[in-house]
Amino acid sequence: MRAPRSLLPHVYGWLLLLPAAVLLATFTHYPTVASIWESLFLPATATRPGRFVGLANYAAMLDDPVFHQALFNNVWFALGTIPVAIALAILMALIADSALPGRVLMRMAYFTPTILPMIAVANIWLFFYTPGIGLIDQILAGVGLPGHNWLGDPATVMWCLIVMMIWKEAGFFMIFYLAALQSISPDLREAAAIEGASRLTYFRRITFPLLMPTTLFVLITALINAFRVVDQLFIMTKGGPDNASMLLLYYIYETAFSFFDSAGAAAQTVFLLAVLIGLAVAQFALLERRIHYR
Amino acid sequence: MSAGLAIATARPTGFGRTLETVGAWLFALLWAAPLLYAFWSAFHPAAYATHFDLTAPLTLENFARAWATAPFARYMLNTFFLVTMVLIGQFIICTLAAFAFARFAFFGRDVAFFLVLLQLMILPDVLILENYKVMASLGLVDTITGIGLPYMASAFGIFLLRQTFKTVPRELEEAARVEGCNWLQVLLKVYVPLARPTYIAYGLVSVSYHWNTFLWPLVITNSVETRPVTVGLAIFGAPESGVNWSIITAGTLISVAPLLIAIVLFQRQFVQSFMFAGVK
Repeated sequence: MRAPRSLLPHVYGWLLLLPAAVLLATFTHYPTVASIWESLFLPATATRPGRFVGLANYAAMLDDPVFHQALFNNVWFALGTIPVAIALAILMALIADSALPGRVLMRMAYFTPTILPMIAVANIWLFFYTPGIGLIDQILAGVGLPGHNWLGDPATVMWCLIVMMIWKEAGFFMIFYLAALQSISPDLREAAAIEGASRLTYFRRITFPLLMPTTLFVLITALINAFRVVDQLFIMTKGGPDNASMLLLYYIYETAFSFFDSAGAAAQTVFLLAVLIGLAVAQFALLERRIHYR
Repeated sequence: MSAGLAIATARPTGFGRTLETVGAWLFALLWAAPLLYAFWSAFHPAAYATHFDLTAPLTLENFARAWATAPFARYMLNTFFLVTMVLIGQFIICTLAAFAFARFAFFGRDVAFFLVLLQLMILPDVLILENYKVMASLGLVDTITGIGLPYMASAFGIFLLRQTFKTVPRELEEAARVEGCNWLQVLLKVYVPLARPTYIAYGLVSVSYHWNTFLWPLVITNSVETRPVTVGLAIFGAPESGVNWSIITAGTLISVAPLLIAIVLFQRQFVQSFMFAGVK
């Protein structure tokens, strides 16, 4: 007997969705719920079963000075990286969109760092920062200045990571600005030319405002990346010296796989997920507003 | 006349233009410098690592020693398997799901779509601990499948393909149905070919992303047979491994060589794909 015709779309729809639904449930939804669940318990040991402790793991997390340091560093990392990376990305996009000779090669110079693995980038930059024999110290020695343990000094280590991240990321953001620039009507430029507007005025009054939606998108992407990208720490600092370069996700990794504190790691994971969801909701709300303006 | 005016604001002439060109070139050169430096150091003896001398002898010795020190060929093969498997999995799974969302009005569709989009915020990269436990219970720890599986149902891919499928005119589908195609044939003969640019863009973004992932593969692998090249490179470059700087750069260049070659050959496609995927 055939199913009634009206049922078919439901059956087909769910059958088509099934593989994706199973994978998402297994590797996204279940682990999220499990993180929340585990963060409310003290794990079982050989001698006693797991015990519900409410928000005690979160209280411990908030009392942990290393967690504070990691959170502070993450915010610092984001604030140090994002404004400069966005400014440079706009500059790169203007160059790549211009009629300057060799712009394709220049675009390649800007874009290449973004497709390299962070591990490779960290390997290359590690040598720049190496005390004594590293490139920066060699150049300083060449002009008679003393060297410095850039990654070993809590005062400079975050700056080292920030500069490297800007190098890696700016070309990625350039792509979005380039797309936005190419969608700006050439009529605007003509109109500005008729009005006798200078190029600076044109950029300030026309181009920059029209790039605002892109800037918003890039800003959120950059914020998410600031919390997501920690590969460089494995190569360069391991979060040190004295946790001066500790970032949240790296701390989760350490808590889970070096200290084997799965309840603590679960609480930290839930915290980080809340940050990421908050950012995404902010992006969604702001984009909604933008659509209403149209 | 209008063209002349447009050029008047677009291009300064004479000295200003020269200055701008030089400035732009210096900026690009500064940006390329770290990578150019890596090439310098990899192709010269260690003694010239920070000693720039145009007469310095060129050598492939660093590459030979890096190649002999770590199983790069095996790591690259693992990465190649990983990105291929993820890409094929993503294409199949995301195509089916996107087709369901774009063309079937099934019960609970909006809730299901919301649950899919959650993955855009709850990144698999963050769930390392719980996903490790899931993989352990599935017996997939230290397998390439275990690295790739969490990424195959990609919310980004589903969203991107759904948007594309929605732009396909209904008339084309009806014409195919009149010809006697069932829904699977409609999908394969009408929708998939029309979404080709989306597949190319998404494919390039996916491959370059999964070529570069590190944290999850580090967590889930523990043998040479499964480690992708990023994890292999991190072990190779660790200070404990005791190899010198020139060899580390050579190893780094070996492991990014496929990406560098791809970007030199297909720069335009890469840039356009990232643009396309980002704007959607």
